[in-house]
Amino acid sequence: MARSALPSPQLAMPQPVSVERTGLVAWGRSMFRGAPLFSLSFLTLAIACALCAPLLAPYDPIETHGAQTLVSPGLGAHPLGTDHLGRDILSRLIYGARISVTVGFLAVFVSGTVGTFIAVVSGVLRGGVDTVLMRVTDAFLALPFLMVAVLVVSLLGPSLVNVVLVIGLLRWMTYARTIRSEVLRLTEMDFVRLARAAGARPRRIIVRHIAPNIVNTLLVLGTLEVGSAVITEASLSFLGLGVPRPLPSWGTMLAESQTYVLTAWWLPVFPGIAITLLVMASNLTGDWLRDRLDPARRQL
Amino acid sequence: MLSEARFANDAPLLDVRDLRTYIFTRRGVVKAVDGVSFQVRAGETLGLVGESGSGKTMTCLSILRLLPRGARIVSGEIWLQGTNLVTASESTVERVRGKQIGMVLQNALAALDPVFTIGTQVAEPLVLHHHLSWRAALRRVVELLRMVKVVAPELRLHSYPHELSGGMRQRVASAAAIGCAPALLIADEPTTALDVTTQRQYLDLLLELQQATGMAIIFVTHDISLVGNMCDQLAVFYGGLLVEYGPRQQVLSQPSHPYTAALLQSIPQLGEARDRLPSIAGEPPDLARLPAGCPFQPRCDAALDVCRTGEPPPVLKLAQGRAVRCWLREREHDRGAAGSP
Repeated sequence: MARSALPSPQLAMPQPVSVERTGLVAWGRSMFRGAPLFSLSFLTLAIACALCAPLLAPYDPIETHGAQTLVSPGLGAHPLGTDHLGRDILSRLIYGARISVTVGFLAVFVSGTVGTFIAVVSGVLRGGVDTVLMRVTDAFLALPFLMVAVLVVSLLGPSLVNVVLVIGLLRWMTYARTIRSEVLRLTEMDFVRLARAAGARPRRIIVRHIAPNIVNTLLVLGTLEVGSAVITEASLSFLGLGVPRPLPSWGTMLAESQTYVLTAWWLPVFPGIAITLLVMASNLTGDWLRDRLDPARRQL
Repeated sequence: MLSEARFANDAPLLDVRDLRTYIFTRRGVVKAVDGVSFQVRAGETLGLVGESGSGKTMTCLSILRLLPRGARIVSGEIWLQGTNLVTASESTVERVRGKQIGMVLQNALAALDPVFTIGTQVAEPLVLHHHLSWRAALRRVVELLRMVKVVAPELRLHSYPHELSGGMRQRVASAAAIGCAPALLIADEPTTALDVTTQRQYLDLLLELQQATGMAIIFVTHDISLVGNMCDQLAVFYGGLLVEYGPRQQVLSQPSHPYTAALLQSIPQLGEARDRLPSIAGEPPDLARLPAGCPFQPRCDAALDVCRTGEPPPVLKLAQGRAVRCWLREREHDRGAAGSP
């Protein structure tokens, strides 16, 4: 945003009381004030796992070891145990982060882009365009999501790209609806009228006034949706329509564990915890970011 | 209060001639502005007075060609420094907006974008219209903020709108409006959201700015007592009609339209003991269902038969540049016309 591009005039600002609170430390302190530390750390961890899985994982996630099936978690060689094929759960979780995090964020990116585009077009042009687009949105909302997803993925064949696209293109309606109402509210605000009265063209108004004001809503929605995208990916994997095996995703791991729920509790529990934590961490981080980015709440 | 330029330059800055702006709705056509004519000279202040829905705001929006959906200028001319804004191309109008006409609105909080610092917002039109660099624009913003009496303008540059008080926000919004030194400032009920003392300060500020810049002001208000000592000309609106127009002193001392007279009656006077303020009987008109004849006729004590039928009364020119739309003045009009051919 332009605010960072502005030069700051030399001013007689009151000097900070404590000397140590300057420079990087002060910046860090103010930047991360009130931050959900646990959520941020977990997100960082998940992203780190996704990026450097081969470095972090103690074992190969795919290679099977007939001799070491269903080892229970403990202080031995396999802290989180092994599955029915003798694969190390921890390594599979670390590799699984790749799929789950990628699908989560990419799917949200796709749906967020589509939804926001439709919302802004709808809210700015209004009239007939708005009516048509909103009826299309209603139609999409009326589709039973999982059924359509299952149908489309089974027609196209399961792959990472297909899963991302299916989740992305079937989940934009929330954005379209919410952002559109936000755009409608904003275009009626006096500062938009004044911007027009000051000679700003529609494109400039969208970029300068509409976009920065919908970022907050978009962020909250997006982080909520990361959670549901991860869960949807898990559901699709559970049905065997996710990322093809033997590549591990957290959803696939859950799916494969169903036979062993009663005999080896660690098979479903650890991927389940990972999914829960990712969803929670992304929601809490979203809440915090919204508060950070809203000037009116920043001081709180 | 009046700048010298007013007398030197006789051609009006803004000349609105027989403006008609209608709103086309499903229920029918609403004549929001019906045959309005007035002039504003450089450095002069015109007060547009009338109740909500009387057509004041639609008149201002017509001048800027920023009408809401469904509203259209049906006929008339709006001349601004030799350009007819009604027929001008969109790009011409875009150049006029902000550069030659500035605007201040009622709600100053809504007038500022909550996610940008006020420095950025006041500077933006300068960058846009005058192609200044951000650095130069911000230096100019400090001057502007000082002009509108914002304390410590250098610090305020970095404030967000929610950190300022209502009066301060309105002054910042005014700074944004006068940034490009417009020849005309349209102030649409700028004091409504302010408390009485702040109102006074703000009006004084407007007058000071006018003296400093020589700009003309169109001051829209529903409170006739506010315009009493700041306007040169008054235009009283009722039901989409400009019912009375003329120099402020004449209109206030000898109102020629019954509505203006009734409005003046209902201003409380200091030191005057009255049990109840007189009010105008009846209700403000619904523009979609105006009565036949004069829109004020159902509430008018002096209504004649001719007032109740046909079209609204025509514009009757009186002496001293006054105009009124009331059948009661028909005879004076004849005399006035005979006196000044």
